[in-house]
Amino acid sequence: MVQKLDTLVESPSQTAGPYVHIGCMPTYAGNAGAYDIEIGESPIAEGAKGEVIEITGEVFDGTGWALRDAMLESWQPDAAGLFPGQDGADPKVSGFCRFAADSESGKFTLRTVKPGAVKARGGAMQAPHISLWIVARGINIGLQTRIYFEDEDNSADPLLNRIEQGNRVETLIAKKTGDGQYTFNVVLQGDRETVFLDI
Amino acid sequence: MSDHNDLGPLIPRNRAVHPPAYDIDYKTSVPRSPRWSLLSLDSGPSEETGPTFGHDVLGEWDNNLIMNWTRGKAPAVGERILVHGRVLDENARPVPNALVEIWQANAGGRYRHKKDTYFAPLDPNFGGCGRTITDENGFYEFLTIRPGAYPWPNRGNDWRPMHIHFSIFGHSFGQRLISQMYFEGDPLIYRCPIAATVKDRSQLDTLVAPLDMAKARPMDFLAYKFDIVLRGRRQTMFENKLEGM
Repeated sequence: MVQKLDTLVESPSQTAGPYVHIGCMPTYAGNAGAYDIEIGESPIAEGAKGEVIEITGEVFDGTGWALRDAMLESWQPDAAGLFPGQDGADPKVSGFCRFAADSESGKFTLRTVKPGAVKARGGAMQAPHISLWIVARGINIGLQTRIYFEDEDNSADPLLNRIEQGNRVETLIAKKTGDGQYTFNVVLQGDRETVFLDI
Repeated sequence: MSDHNDLGPLIPRNRAVHPPAYDIDYKTSVPRSPRWSLLSLDSGPSEETGPTFGHDVLGEWDNNLIMNWTRGKAPAVGERILVHGRVLDENARPVPNALVEIWQANAGGRYRHKKDTYFAPLDPNFGGCGRTITDENGFYEFLTIRPGAYPWPNRGNDWRPMHIHFSIFGHSFGQRLISQMYFEGDPLIYRCPIAATVKDRSQLDTLVAPLDMAKARPMDFLAYKFDIVLRGRRQTMFENKLEGM
């Protein structure tokens, strides 16, 4: 017998199922009032510095049908590229948001401030982005991805440059549709499948 | 992030311990599973940082599902149980201040959700959600009722074993995990296509909580112990050196 490691193994994931909202977004589940304060209702408070933006989209399955039961979480720095808790970070930016595909239309909306650029480990500057995590019935382990922005310089971003197929890079880039308005769709499967991350 | 508080990158996920995205026996995964490989990268600030949740968001009854729906006025129907355990990381260190959120069906197997149409009745005294924050040693506990098993549309006659959904927030967004706790001795576990998405039986068994009579309270509740392991951080004295140096 070789020596035993002192490390533990991560607990295996299980699907969030169709009723994830009961635990994470009670009001959405029809249970308003279950908690006095729901978590992640907005990533910004009134007065947050920077450009307020709205990102709308849908989460599509492999047949092109928009999921009605997906829950999404986003995490980002403030407009200066500082995460909450770091010295000088904007106190009006919590950086975290929980939102869901609408149970009728499948559309989601994220209202936030445009994040600033942050250096990667090793010092390379990354293009501004929002981290995204998607769970739903039928998704066995939460899917990680990122939202980048069409109107930023993404040419030197280390993550985007790691994607071999140039035609897949655009799956991570929100399209500008108006002043402060962007569209970002997540495609779980198929020809235009979103690049998902193991990071 | 400045280097002096750099705890090192997240340990890459061992995907072999997790369910594959596509599992034909869990039919909804078929159209919802990515086909292309994930893009693997070292973590950075976007994954290593994460939101913090303080006790100020918690309400008085949040970790007591027997009483929280009625705010202490009337108890839920069902077998009273304590569910307790620790949140640890892969380095076997406790994770303090982790947000643990749970949701579950009532004793009859019915969820309080606008989309659940199973004809088992709702319990007017049971909401089915609870949350807490781990203490400085990573411990958490909930008082709840044992959820009922229930049928679901998948193959001809599939039933979910008794289970409690867990959502865990450690300190890093990249540690984010949702899983389910099963109950020791439930014969439905090994017939369930969702449990069976975890291919390694020894890994599935880590999601099965044992009866814990040492924590059970006489004439009141039984207890089940459920520990959760989140991703850890890789710390070596070579971590911040440039490649090749």
